[in-house]
Amino acid sequence: MESLGVLLTARIDPYLEAELDRRFKLFRLWELPPAQRREFLRENAEAIRAVVGSPALGADAEMIDLLPRLEIVANFGVGLDKVDLRRCRDRGVRVVYTPDVVTDDTADLAIGLAIAAMRRICDSDRYLRDGSWKGKGDYKLTSKFSGKTVGILGLGRIGQAVAKRAEGFGCPICYCSRSEKRHTNYKYYPSVLELAANCQVLVVACPLTEETHHIINREVIDALGPNGVLVNVGRGPHVDECELVSALLDGQLGAAGLDVFEHEPHVPEQLFGLDNVVLVPHIGTDTLETSKAMADLILENLEAHVSNRPLLTPAF
Amino acid sequence: MALGSEAQGRRGTERPQLLLLRPPLSVLHEALSARFQLLRPWESPLPFDRFLAAHAAGVRALLVTGLASVDGPLLDALPALRFIVTTSSGVNHIDLAECARRGIAVANAGTIFSLDVADYAVGLLIDVLRRVSASDRYVRRGLWPRAGDYPLGSKLGSKRVGIVGLGSIGSEIAKRLEAFGCSISYFSRSRKPQVPYTYFPSVGDLAAESDVLVLSCALTEETYHIINRDVMSALGKDGIIINVGRGALVDEAELVKHLMQREIGGAGLDVFEHEPAVPEELFCMDNVVLSAHFSVETLEMSTELCQLVIANLNAFFSNRPLLTPVSARTRSYYS
Repeated sequence: MESLGVLLTARIDPYLEAELDRRFKLFRLWELPPAQRREFLRENAEAIRAVVGSPALGADAEMIDLLPRLEIVANFGVGLDKVDLRRCRDRGVRVVYTPDVVTDDTADLAIGLAIAAMRRICDSDRYLRDGSWKGKGDYKLTSKFSGKTVGILGLGRIGQAVAKRAEGFGCPICYCSRSEKRHTNYKYYPSVLELAANCQVLVVACPLTEETHHIINREVIDALGPNGVLVNVGRGPHVDECELVSALLDGQLGAAGLDVFEHEPHVPEQLFGLDNVVLVPHIGTDTLETSKAMADLILENLEAHVSNRPLLTPAF
Repeated sequence: MALGSEAQGRRGTERPQLLLLRPPLSVLHEALSARFQLLRPWESPLPFDRFLAAHAAGVRALLVTGLASVDGPLLDALPALRFIVTTSSGVNHIDLAECARRGIAVANAGTIFSLDVADYAVGLLIDVLRRVSASDRYVRRGLWPRAGDYPLGSKLGSKRVGIVGLGSIGSEIAKRLEAFGCSISYFSRSRKPQVPYTYFPSVGDLAAESDVLVLSCALTEETYHIINRDVMSALGKDGIIINVGRGALVDEAELVKHLMQREIGGAGLDVFEHEPAVPEELFCMDNVVLSAHFSVETLEMSTELCQLVIANLNAFFSNRPLLTPVSARTRSYYS
């Protein structure tokens, strides 16, 4: 049986790349300049039966259509917004992804971003490295994290993990989700606007869909207010970024911890001078341990696919 | 002279005299001015010693802010002193033995800082492991579009965390980190049978079985440089040290050497041996997070602190029990 032809869209992870190369026939899309990629896909369409995609570059309708022998898309991550799921379903293409293994890291970072933003950890570090130590009387007092009400948008695996961690700090938890989760004791709000009005730290942890695009709009940001903190470990397009920048510059929003942006890797430069924001480059699952776990899950799913065994983590 | 001062104080105002050594935070300053007759040596043209001789002979209460030292010679200059209140939880800057000898009561900030310090310790640990500050610097330098993704960090869950000093702050840190999936062990002056964590009888043993050491104990003669070269070696080259206690808990020169030689994995430091001096070798390291003794500086804390300081002063001046007296029992909070 011919070796599975696997298209890797981006240079995600050296271990994953090496293993794909060892076990299958690997095609490296990023080695081609963008203008030549369509042609590359056409030339290798007979061989490519699998695509491994990332949050940066997934499998959109055009790519799926260029690959008539495509059988499976493996998404390196739990967010599936860069995979055209409808097209995959229509074409009978299977989709696998990496839930669960990403939960802890993402939740850890959400709390880390909240504390860093509210307690100005990065700003203090930056200040020391600049060679000055602010006199205690001079420094703006920061905002306590313990006991603040944490509102979670999306109470899935990641949202629940955030809640569990925040509870360790004595934070009351509330949430907004597509449906109420009766098995929890957390307060439910049916709209994100009500959630924002009733919490002090709002954490975005839901999937990006048409419905949740710009779900954090100006009205929600204003409801969160000048003492509120926005933490985004979801996707950049969850937030109306222009409005967020303007609110932060005007002092209408207290602080923000952001792992994701609308146009990665570009981050609005107007934020660079602010001491009440933390800006990190989509590192939500970027640990050695989790990257390996994600890669192994992708590899095991592909092996299962070629050996006609059940997929471990199908998306549908 | 003393009688004269007190009489003058009574004629001028009903408010008791309170000596300050340094300007306090403005919110505290305001609250104190309304209730006490403040002696502010920094506003006087007189040198400090002469100010005390001229104005503080009758003063019975002293407020210590900013960890200013209180030693024998200072106490000699304040013959009427009977009460010292410090705005810190740590009391290593006050000669407690001398105070006891002279019958001077001491009050500190008790445990009001514990939550904020615990939050900060967790924040520092996540920052070090996940490179939050380092990658924030990377983004602000415009490197993400130019140099690509930031290198991988390390997962917090399943890390073995060793807490040095399981007092009020250490306990709050333990509770928080458990929720992240860390396993907790500790070293303390004595085993605490009521806690579910593993006890180690020495810091070296604790370090050998830990991936992270968090320092949340008091600075005493016994704990000076308790984190020394041997402990760092036991912790190992991937080990992380988080210090929210006192700088001198750590042999700082050794730590810098270990970091430079990559014989330790990283550090989150809120305190240093010779504040405000920070070893400059640390400034270029991405596996280190530095902060300016900041772990207690929240708006909420400052309000509580004012209330506590004033409550302690009121208690002293009306002969009622202090709210947060420093005694042998209090010191055991931290070790």
